[in-house]
Parts: sequence; structure tokens; C-alpha cells
Amino acid sequence: MDKNDKHTLPFFGIGKILPYMKKYRIIITAMIICGLGGSLTDILFPIYQRYALNHFVGDMTLDTLPFFIGIYVVTVVFAGIVNYISCFHAMKIEVSINRDLRNAAFSHLQTLSFSYYNQNSVGYIHSRVMSDTARIGTLVSWRMMDGVWHLSYLAGSIIVMFAVNPKLTVLVVLIVPFLILLFALFQKRLIRVNRQIRDINSTITGNFNEGITGAKTIKTLVIEDKMSRHFIKDTDNMLTKSVHGAHLRGLFASTMHFASSCALAIVLWRGGYIAESEVGTFSMFMSYAQGMMEPVRWLVDCISDLITTQVNIERFSRLMETESDVTDSPEVIEKYGDNFNPKKDNWEEIKGDIEFVDVSFMYPDGDEYVLTNFNLKIPFGMNIAIVGETGAGKSTLVNLICRFFEPTLGQILIDGRDARERSQLWLHSAIGYVLQSPHLFSGTIRENLLYGNPYATDEDICEALKLVSADEVIAKLEKGLDSDVGEGGELLSTGEKQLISFARAIIAKPKIIILDEATASVDTITEQRIQSAIDTIIKGRTSIVIAHRLSTIQNADLILVVRDGKIVEQGKHDELLAKKGYYNSLYTHQYEDEAINSVFS
Amino acid sequence: MENKAKKRNIIWEFLHGCRAMFLLSIFSAGIMALADMINPQIIRMAVDNVIGESSSEYSASVMKIVNYFGGFEYLHRNLWIMALAVIIVAVIKVAFEYIFRVSNTKASETLVKNMRDSLFKHIEHLPFSWHMNNRTGDIIQRCTSDIDTVKNFVSEQLTSVIRIIILLVMAVSFMLPMDILLTVIAFAPMPVIITYSFMFHKRIGKGFIKCDESEGVLSAMAQENLTGVRVVRSFGRERYEKDRFEKHNEEYTGLWVSLGKIMSRFWSTSDILSGIQVMLVVIFGAFFCIRGRMSTGEYIAFISYNAMLVWPIRQLGRMISEMSKAGVSVSRIRYIMDSEVESDKPDAVKPPMNGDIVFDNVNFAYENCPQVLHDISFSMKGGTTLGILGGTGSGKSTLMLLLDKLYDLKEGCGKITIGGVDIADIQSDYLRSNIGMVLQEPYLFSRTIAENIGITRTDITLSEIREAARTACMEDTIADFGKGYETFVGERGVTLSGGQKQRTAIARILTQNTPIMIFDDSLSAVDTETDEKIRTALEKHFRNSSVILISHRITTISKADKIIVLDKGRIAEQGTHEELKKAGGIYQKIYEIQSGNNSDNTIREGVV
Repeated sequence: MDKNDKHTLPFFGIGKILPYMKKYRIIITAMIICGLGGSLTDILFPIYQRYALNHFVGDMTLDTLPFFIGIYVVTVVFAGIVNYISCFHAMKIEVSINRDLRNAAFSHLQTLSFSYYNQNSVGYIHSRVMSDTARIGTLVSWRMMDGVWHLSYLAGSIIVMFAVNPKLTVLVVLIVPFLILLFALFQKRLIRVNRQIRDINSTITGNFNEGITGAKTIKTLVIEDKMSRHFIKDTDNMLTKSVHGAHLRGLFASTMHFASSCALAIVLWRGGYIAESEVGTFSMFMSYAQGMMEPVRWLVDCISDLITTQVNIERFSRLMETESDVTDSPEVIEKYGDNFNPKKDNWEEIKGDIEFVDVSFMYPDGDEYVLTNFNLKIPFGMNIAIVGETGAGKSTLVNLICRFFEPTLGQILIDGRDARERSQLWLHSAIGYVLQSPHLFSGTIRENLLYGNPYATDEDICEALKLVSADEVIAKLEKGLDSDVGEGGELLSTGEKQLISFARAIIAKPKIIILDEATASVDTITEQRIQSAIDTIIKGRTSIVIAHRLSTIQNADLILVVRDGKIVEQGKHDELLAKKGYYNSLYTHQYEDEAINSVFS
Repeated sequence: MENKAKKRNIIWEFLHGCRAMFLLSIFSAGIMALADMINPQIIRMAVDNVIGESSSEYSASVMKIVNYFGGFEYLHRNLWIMALAVIIVAVIKVAFEYIFRVSNTKASETLVKNMRDSLFKHIEHLPFSWHMNNRTGDIIQRCTSDIDTVKNFVSEQLTSVIRIIILLVMAVSFMLPMDILLTVIAFAPMPVIITYSFMFHKRIGKGFIKCDESEGVLSAMAQENLTGVRVVRSFGRERYEKDRFEKHNEEYTGLWVSLGKIMSRFWSTSDILSGIQVMLVVIFGAFFCIRGRMSTGEYIAFISYNAMLVWPIRQLGRMISEMSKAGVSVSRIRYIMDSEVESDKPDAVKPPMNGDIVFDNVNFAYENCPQVLHDISFSMKGGTTLGILGGTGSGKSTLMLLLDKLYDLKEGCGKITIGGVDIADIQSDYLRSNIGMVLQEPYLFSRTIAENIGITRTDITLSEIREAARTACMEDTIADFGKGYETFVGERGVTLSGGQKQRTAIARILTQNTPIMIFDDSLSAVDTETDEKIRTALEKHFRNSSVILISHRITTISKADKIIVLDKGRIAEQGTHEELKKAGGIYQKIYEIQSGNNSDNTIREGVV
């Protein structure tokens, strides 16, 4: 991570965000103009005060009072209006840019290939979409508006002071560069300590997580007190670091306020004589001298904010610049459309023949070929089973067939033509994919069933449910098809989810079906239902099954045995058993587990 | 009311060790406010007496100081003395500001630490059943964001409110003597501003909750899309996902925009309100000056005091409305702290643990669930090996949870004894530290391999750790990791396979060297060869321990001195391997399948 963060972008990476701001240039301009208006009123009020003191009090007259009140009220109302507009616009720009960045990240993710998903955890990608974007929006709206406000106030007040008394102004303004220099020294340490505090904080959250999810183990090992002691070490560290941070921040704030008092002292010392003739001018100077420190503080805050947000911008733009390993050529997109806008009229009907021709394959992040010169013909209707231990690389072939990855060498033919000659979406619409851990989306059962085929009728749904005997599951539910499945389908049992995901695959009417079988233990009746559902859905389709169930293995037309990422044996069940090789031992092992459960049931 | 008193108590307890710091921070805040009050007085004197020629009345002590410096005349010629006074006041102020910041952080971070430490400790000592009944995410949220809310309440909101009140009181006491009427004018609009701000923030709170919820939905949508990326792609639903996300994103953004509108309206309205308030003070002050009711210096000082109040007053409403959130968080934390921790009977004993283990008519059901164990009675001699065979859900793991006192047996549901002593009378920690248990899906901690293996002991040497790893056939695997025993396990390091985790967990209990050992299906992910090797090593290692082996692999348990076959929560058979394999029951069936050849006949008979 740190390595990646080192090659920094120029201008804190703002350049990367400019294209997203372009759309809002009109309201950004409006915001800036109103911000300037706001700071103008801030500059005006001390001038009014000066007038009140010099004219009313000094000259002992109220002749212009109605006029004064009029101007004052107008200014107050004007300030209210411009503040309203600038704040509202800043807010709008912030959330709009956040929205656009999120949308951009999200749709870009829909096109990225699986190598990206394999190399980055879901949590990591998720925070690119949700957290990084949020910080960027704040920077380009509020920070910018504050900047306009503060800098113009600084400039304006210096101009007014200079016009009235240049010598005194120079004296007062001299403090500013000193302050900036001093803060530059602070700032680095502040950023560092803040980062440390964040890190410890997340360690502590991790400790809580461990202490709660690992409760059973902690109890059996009787290490509750040890864990607590370990925990206290981290909270001690947190306390020390936070207090250290407070020292820095305290020094920082104290210096700030001290400088502002110094400015006041200078005005009093070198400018006191002004009060003899014009008390108002003297009081105005005091107001400006003290108000000047606020923009300086903003500048410091702004720089540390830029530095921290730069990391977010870099992460975001790195995501946007990541290119998919699997892309359709311009000609293909021309004819078949892209991932978001398919041209279905040009799509050929898919038959379901798959052929590997001299395929060699290495994962983009790997350093070894997992397939070399692999040839395999899978004519329509054939049933292939892939077996092997967990983590042996059983998904490789499936990844290639689905074109989640492309062969390093050689080609994969779909219906006799290179898969790359047609669009990804064309292929994917013909594939039904059933996952090991069934993934349902939050929403109703109907929405989930229609996921693969939004145009399916109720009859299609009923038929599919019946085929996999999931109709009973639905019948049990109060709201039937319109029952909510909860986040990730949590309101259903694993077995139920499995059956629903089978039905979902059938409704999509795929020619090719990919099945990643579950190893999860379900009760015997569900197990049998799932088994017969599998038998039903692979009938009349080309199917590739990552197999755990013995019957699936035995009935397969071809079994591929995978070990350490490579295909070590292939053949029919009987042939492989007779070989007494790796398949034989794998099978025996697998078999013991099933045997015992079958006897007990 | 009673409830409220309780709420205060728990925070009061957590404040232990930082109360003095809090007082110091409040005291410093008071001094800061006081210092802030002095500057306008210096200016006032400068304007009125030193520079101008007015003759305001000052108290005797003030005049004493003035005369010490040579009187107003001298000061006029040496304005630097007045400037120096400003600097001195500033030094005092910033010194206390520094103290305030540090002591406030010290106090609030100590509070956070106290809360975290006691919560963690409490959670660790809560009974296992509590952990099963409460969702992990929810508990973690209570331990993180609720703690933050309470911290903000004490360190920011409460402190700010106190500071604002101190400031108000002081400002009033300085403003009143100057001009009562002008003070009344200055304070007249304040209740309106405070009430307006309070009402607004109370109302806007609901808007924030709505936005938070909407963000939660959007975030979950992204999460689902990312975890389900295979499903999305294989069904070719990228467009649908994109549209769905964008639609909700739009809704979410819309919520914020409308919230932004309300907030901007509030800000600008209160800007106008406080602007008018300042104007009133400026105009009436000028009027009073002309009338001679107050001096020019007083007028300037008055405006300064008034300016000091504008912001705090505007914040007060927000603070008060936000403070109400803390109550909810406190009660959420209380929920954990009020749950009862595990406790032993007052006269709990520590008997020798190498005696016979006896289950006597044990019946058990989890809370609100059907019974899982029915009339379980068996005994095993100390130092022998017991094998338990059972299918999924047969209750074999529950037996072990009961033996380890992770769940307690109810009155009249039988008892479990070790060496004749009812485990209900044995100290829980003592019992558990004498039972080494390896679970089927062992939990490893995010530390190094060496720390994981030696976690139960403080005095362990590396050679002992190596020895344990060797016995658990983990040595070669560890050597293959980049950093060997120092390899970090878990999120930030290497992910171990199921079998590697099991073997690490076995090594972990080997270092405990306990008189009772339980292997709950803990070799299931290890291949047959290694399984065999580990078992041989274990036999040598634990000649004197009572060992319980749970498995669904006959070879794993066949050498046990006694074997129990558990079926649907009842003991179906018990005896030795030799007896059971001919008994004609479940055991024999499984034995025949597992030991037999792989001929298709047996398979079909057995499986289908």
C-alpha cells in the first residue's frame, strides 16, 4: 500500500477530479461568487462599526441613523441570502460529485475482469466506491468555498487596512508569514500522529472483533485475562498517542490565539494614537487584526486535508485507470454491443458446443502455467465433472469457459468460433451459473428469480420452481413469491437459497450450465432435493460441475481431476477408479464422509 | 427518573481515574473565559483613560496597578505597557488553553479506555450462550460507535455546554455593570436564537437518520454487487446493476440535497438573526454613548463581549439536541455491562482432573430449541481413550461443550462428574485449563504462528513451540512460510488452509499438556496419511491423559479403549471396536463401508 502511495500526483491529484467538476461549472461559479459576497459582508461590518464610532459617537450626532440602519439591515439580509446560496450550492456540489464519482466507480467495476476481483478483497473495492468518493466531494466543495471566503477576507481586510493606515498594516501583516512557517512545522507531525491514532483505533476494533468472534476458543483455552491484558496494551497505546496528539493540537491552537493577541497588541501599541482622533478606525483595525488569523488556520487545515484526500484521489483514479484483462474488440462491440448496451438483434442463437484448442493458461498474477496445450471437446449436452481438493484450482476451467479469463495461448471455441469473436454479454446470457454458496440479492424471491431473465412469465417461474421442487419452499412462505429474502438471502436457509438459485438458473434458459456444488451440510431431505434438482437442470444442457457429490461424479461423461492447479487425471469414473491413482484416494476420502451421514440418516 | 439516575452512574463509574482531569479541564476553560473577558477591559481603559481623557471610575485595586505604572499620563506616553498587558493576558490564556486541550483529551481518552477495557473484559467473561444469542456485528457496533457517541457527549458536548455557560455568566457579569439596558437588549434575541437552533437540530436529526439509512442501503447494494460479481456477470446483468445502483444513488443524493436546503436555510436565517442582534447592540450602544450613558471605551468593550457570545449561542441549540443521542448509546452499552458474567459457586473446588469422566443421564436443549441430548449415560476411565462416532447434528459436539462447561446443565437434567466431583462444583477456569479442546473449525488469532501455538502460556520457549508443531505435523508447512514461526496469520498475513488451521490448533493444545484432551472432528480436513501420523504421535505424547476423539472416520477412533455411537442425541451403541464391528448395528455398517473395498455395490448400498 505504502509503496503505491509514494508516487504522488501533482497538485494533490486535483487534476484527476477536474473532469467530474466540469459538469457543475455554473453552480461552482455561483458558489464562488456568493462566497465572495459573503466575505465582502464580513469585511463590511467592521467598517460599519467604524462609522458608528467615528460619526455617531465621535461627532455626537444621529443625523444619518435611518440611513445607517437601512444599509446595515440590507447588508445583513444580503449576507443571509448569499450565505444561503453558497452553502446550498456547496452542499449540492458535494453530493452531486460524490454521486458521479460513485456511479463512475460502480459502472467501471461492472466491466473489470475477474483478475481484479481476485487480487482485491471485496472490502477494499467497496471502500473505493463508498468512502474514497465521499472525501473527494467534500474537498472540492466546502474546502473550495471556505478557501474563497477566507482568502478574499484576508485580501479584503488587508486592502481596507492598507488604505487607512499603511504603516500599521505592514506591521500587523508581518505576523502572518511567521505563523505559516510555524504551522508548516507542526502540520507534518500532526498528520503523522493522526494517522497513528487511526491505525491504533482500527487495531482496537479488530481486537473487539477477535474477542467476540473467537469467544468460544478463548473460553476453551482460558485466555480471557491474557486477551484482556493484550487489549489493554493497545488501549494504553491509544491513550498515549491521543494525548501526544492533544499536546500538538494544544500547542497549535495556543500559538494561533497568541498570534492573534500579538496582532491586537501591535495595534494598541503602534496604533493607539489613532484612537485620539478616530476611535472607530482604531476599533476596526482591532477587528481585522484578530480576524486575519482565521484564514491562516484555514490554510493549514486545508493543506493537511489536501494531503489526506490525495490518497483517496489516487486510489479512486487508480481504480478508474485499471483496465479489464478481458475486453471485446471494437469490431465486436460494433456488431454485438457492449456490456451495458447490447445489440441483441445481431446475436446468433447459441448451440452450446465448447472446445479448448491448444489452450495454455497462466493467471495474470501467477507465475506458472496451470494449463499447457490443453485440448478438450465438450459437445452440446455433455456433462463434465471437475474434482479436487479445496483450493486445488478447480475453477480455472470454469473461469475460461465463462471468459472471466482468457487463455494465454490457444483459443476456446464456442459453437466452433473463437469466443473472442462474439461479445462477453452474448456468451454470458447463454450461461447459467450456480454458486457453491448461493448468492441471492436483497429483494423479493420473485426479483431474484427474474434476475437472469426479466421477461419470464409466472408460468415459467412456477415450472422452474417445480422442476427443482422449490415450489414447496415458496408455498410455506406467507407472501409466497413476494417474500423478502433479506440481505444476501439471510432470511432463507442455506438449502432453500440453493434451490432458489437453481430455479433462477433454469428461468434464464441457459444452454450451458456451470455448477459449483456446495459442501455445506444441509439436512438429508434437502440434500436429496438438491441432488434431484441438479439431475434435472443438467439434462439437455452442456454442463460443467465442480463436484462434491458422489452421484454427480459417477454419472459424469467425463471427470477431470485437479491437483495443485493442474489437471492430473481425466476419464470416466470407473476408469479412474481402476487406475488406483489420485482420484481413487480422493474418492475414498470423500466417500467416508458421505458414508457415515448416509448410515445415520 | 430512576432509570436516569442509573444512566449517570455507569458514566460516573467509567469516569474513574479521570474525574480530576475533567475538573482541571473545566477549570482551565473558566480561566480561558476570564482571560477573554480582560482584553476588552484593557482596550476600554486604553480608549477611555489612557488615550482619551474621560474619567471613568475604577475600583481601588485597579487604580493601584495603574498608579504603580505611573498613572494614565505615563501610560499614554508609553503605550507599549498596555500592549504588554494584552500579551500577558494572552500568555495566561494560551497556557490554560493548552492545559485545557491536553487535560480534556487525557480525560476523555481515559474515559474511552475505561469503557473499552471494561467492555472487553466483561464480554470475554460473559457466558458462551450469551455470545451465541447476540449478533457479532451488533456487539461490535456497541463497542465502537456507541462508545464514540458517549465520548463525544462527555468530551465535546458536555464540555462545550459548560464552557458556553461559564462564558455567558462571565460576559453578563462584565456587561451588566456597564449598562443594564444594553445588556437586556443584547440578550433579548438570544432565547429566540437558542430555541430556533434547538428545534431545528431536533428536526434535522430525523433527516440525518434517513440519509444514514439510505446510505446503508446503497452501501449494501455495492457490497452485494461485489460479492455476487460472478452471478452478475454470468447472467449478463451489468446494465441492470448499473441502473439499479444509479437510481438509488440518485435517491440518496436527493435526500442530501433536500437536507442541504433546510440546513442552508437555517444557517442563513440564524445569520440574519444574529446579524440583527449585533446591529441592535451597535446602534443602541452608539445612542447611549451620545446620551452619555456609557463611554466610548465601554461601548467598544461591550461590542467585543457581544461578539464573543454570537457563536456559542448559535451552537448551544445544536449541542443540546445532540446530547439526547448519548442516552441511547449509554443504554446500549449498559445492555452489555448488565449482562451477567459467568460465575462459579462460592465453594467451587479444584479436584484432580485425571479421574473417571462420567455422564449420568444427561438431557440438554439449547434455549428455545428442541432437545438435542436424551438420557446420555456413559463413563470413561481416567487415562483411557474414548471414541465418539456420530452423524451431522447427532449432538456429539454438544456433549463436549457441556463437559467444558460452556453450557450449564439445568437442574434435574442429569450430571457430569470428573473423578466423582460434579463439574457444576468445579471452578470453570480450572476445569477448562485442564481440558484441551480442538474444534473442527479452529479459530486462530491474528498474530504470528509462534504466538498462536504458545498462546495459553506466558513462559513458553521456542523449542517447546517447535516440539508441539512437530508432533502436530506442522513443522514442514511452517518452514515453507516466508517468515517461518514469525509468519503472521489472518487478515494481514497468510491465510491457512482448513487442514493447516487444524494442525496449528492441535499444536496449540499440545503446549497446554492437559490431563483431558478433546479432538472434536479436528482432523477432518487433514488427509488420511497425516491423520495417521498425528494420531501415532499423539498416542506417544498423551499416554497418561484422558483423550476423547470425535470423528466420522472409523480409522481415527478404532484404537480407542471405548467407542460410543451417537445417533440423533441418543447413545445407539457402545463398546470396543472389536465388539462393535460385529454387533450388527450402525457401527458395523459404517465399518464395512469405510474399511471395505470401493466396489460399486457397497457404495450404492451405502449412499443412495
